[in-house]
Amino acid sequence: MISENKGNKKARYGMSIDVDRCTGCGGCMVACASENNVAPANPGANDRKGLTWIRVFKVDNGQEYPNKRSVFVPMMCQQCGEETPCYLACPQQAVDVDPSTGIVGQMPERCLGCRYCMAACPYHARYFNWWDPVWPAGMEKTMNPDVAPRMRGVVEKCNFCHGRWHAARQKAAASGNRVLDPADYVPACVEACPTGAIRFGDLSDASTEVARNSKTPDSFRMLEKLGTEPKIYYMSKRQWVKEIAEAPKLTPQKEPARG
Amino acid sequence: MDKDFIARGMQRCSTGKFLLWLFPWVALLIFGVYSAALCLIKGLNQTNMDNRFAFGAWIFLDLTVIALGAGAFFTGFLLYILKMKELKAVINSAVVIGFVCYSGAVVVLAVDVGQPLRAWFTFWYPNVHSMLTEVTFCISCYLMVLLIEYIPIVLKNRKLREIPSMLVFEHELHKLIYVLAAVGTFLSFFHQGSLGGLYGVLRGRPFAFREHLGIWPSTFFLFILSAAAVGPSFILLTTWLVEKISRKKLVPPEALRLLGRVSGMLLSVYVLLKCVDTLIWMNRTSMVRGFVPAQYYAFEPFGEWVLFAELVLFGIVPAAILLVPKLREKTGWLVSAAAMACCGVALNRFVQTIQTMALPTLSFDKFLMYTPSWQEIGAFLMVVAYGVLVYSFSFRYFELFPQERQLRIESAAAKPQHETAVGGR
Repeated sequence: MISENKGNKKARYGMSIDVDRCTGCGGCMVACASENNVAPANPGANDRKGLTWIRVFKVDNGQEYPNKRSVFVPMMCQQCGEETPCYLACPQQAVDVDPSTGIVGQMPERCLGCRYCMAACPYHARYFNWWDPVWPAGMEKTMNPDVAPRMRGVVEKCNFCHGRWHAARQKAAASGNRVLDPADYVPACVEACPTGAIRFGDLSDASTEVARNSKTPDSFRMLEKLGTEPKIYYMSKRQWVKEIAEAPKLTPQKEPARG
Repeated sequence: MDKDFIARGMQRCSTGKFLLWLFPWVALLIFGVYSAALCLIKGLNQTNMDNRFAFGAWIFLDLTVIALGAGAFFTGFLLYILKMKELKAVINSAVVIGFVCYSGAVVVLAVDVGQPLRAWFTFWYPNVHSMLTEVTFCISCYLMVLLIEYIPIVLKNRKLREIPSMLVFEHELHKLIYVLAAVGTFLSFFHQGSLGGLYGVLRGRPFAFREHLGIWPSTFFLFILSAAAVGPSFILLTTWLVEKISRKKLVPPEALRLLGRVSGMLLSVYVLLKCVDTLIWMNRTSMVRGFVPAQYYAFEPFGEWVLFAELVLFGIVPAAILLVPKLREKTGWLVSAAAMACCGVALNRFVQTIQTMALPTLSFDKFLMYTPSWQEIGAFLMVVAYGVLVYSFSFRYFELFPQERQLRIESAAAKPQHETAVGGR
């Protein structure tokens, strides 16, 4: 369980993602999987049964050439702040909202695998381990020793690279500080993004770039009307891109997969 | 040997015929156990559920079975609390059906979770905000109540009654029946409501989310009412089915008509409130969250027909039939209306579970379909086979219908007179 960081100033970690700068390279997805010991996909897995804590969607404006425009939207746990749906759903407190960081944590060791949290999440950002995690021979040497791999039958999701948060906290404590150096706590996807589209920081600190970004007229949040208060802010100067954050339009269509 | 266990005065088929009846169900049970074992040993990758369709056929069928099993608590409530003595004729059968439905649902739930050995965590680390915690606590407690209610039925067996201590134990348990009926009613009201609340609280799923009355969403109350309405219908339906299969008169027709009347009255109230709730949800709850209700029905096969079928075809129509005394008198109408009411509750649970999962919430997400795998179907058939087997044994060896003997004597007495009358004509 994530305990309250007593004596420290309370943070509210969040992200801003400038989708106008995202090239859809997928570097964030690779970095995330590598950092968080997400096992290679089982041969039986499809795009609906895989583990992708962060997933880049290609979304277009629905028009035909030459007016067709596309945008890449990285989606991960939106770290809901108000009445967090998954936290309220979990029957055995395997989901926790850390009051000192605002991060929605997941404890796989306590998860029953009932998947009620997945049903509750409007962003489909929670993933179930349908198979035992298996790394090909030799590849296990690449695993991150700071992050525990998850077993079959439990739910997992983005936790803003919690292993890195722990490491930053230990480093601060070792040097006698109670406040983390922002440079010491940067999630893997932020670090990997080649265009700097993803920014991370404390939303409650007005001096951070992410706090400033969240206040610009270009910023928007996914399904804001649901009142879940996500802490991931997307940015775009284009109106049609801002509209993708709203509820689905009347477009009857059926496809076997998403993304 | 087998005959010694059958109650005096009851007519049951020969042992050979009974074994022949059991055979296909045992075969189905073995197939089901194999399917469930695959899911437990190899994992839930054996199912066709996925990250988006986190809940599938099992949850839908569990909700339906639990709603239908509500006949046990509600018949007990009508008999022991409201003193409707006519229902004494079906109460034992209702308890067995309730026990079968609830225990079966719990078994399927154990297969459905990824880490079944951690089920006790819910009792050790309960999240008081979660509706699923409430469901787990109430269903576990109510299953124990049903088990205690089932024991006196077993102890009334002819052979067991020969043991004096069993007789005393049965007598003592019977004294508790009013307390058990009251506790069962309380627990059932709560968990039926919590099952409705499971979906009504999902603010991230505007299709399922409903306005709250106090701390509970409207689905909490609608699930209680719908379960109470169709529970008696299911008892009516199963009793009629057992009469047909066993070719025996088991209960007086007044008992079945009373079940139909109660079901009709409650179903009318339920349909009325459901219509009000739907209107509020369409015009306010969903719109405030930016979701236009018409879009929910824009994806085939979930068109507006679903709403029509739920409210009119399987709601208003059976309620109207069950409320008309002349139609209740005719078995065909009575049984058809009861079956329609049961289909209505199944459709409601289907909509809550499957349609909620299928509909997209993000604008760039797609409408998805899901077909259960054979392992999922097999695991559920295991529960059906288990239910039929438990009920078959209970029917053969215990007195599920206390008036059966009396009805047989009356029917035997009426037969010669009828034959004389026919012969003399």
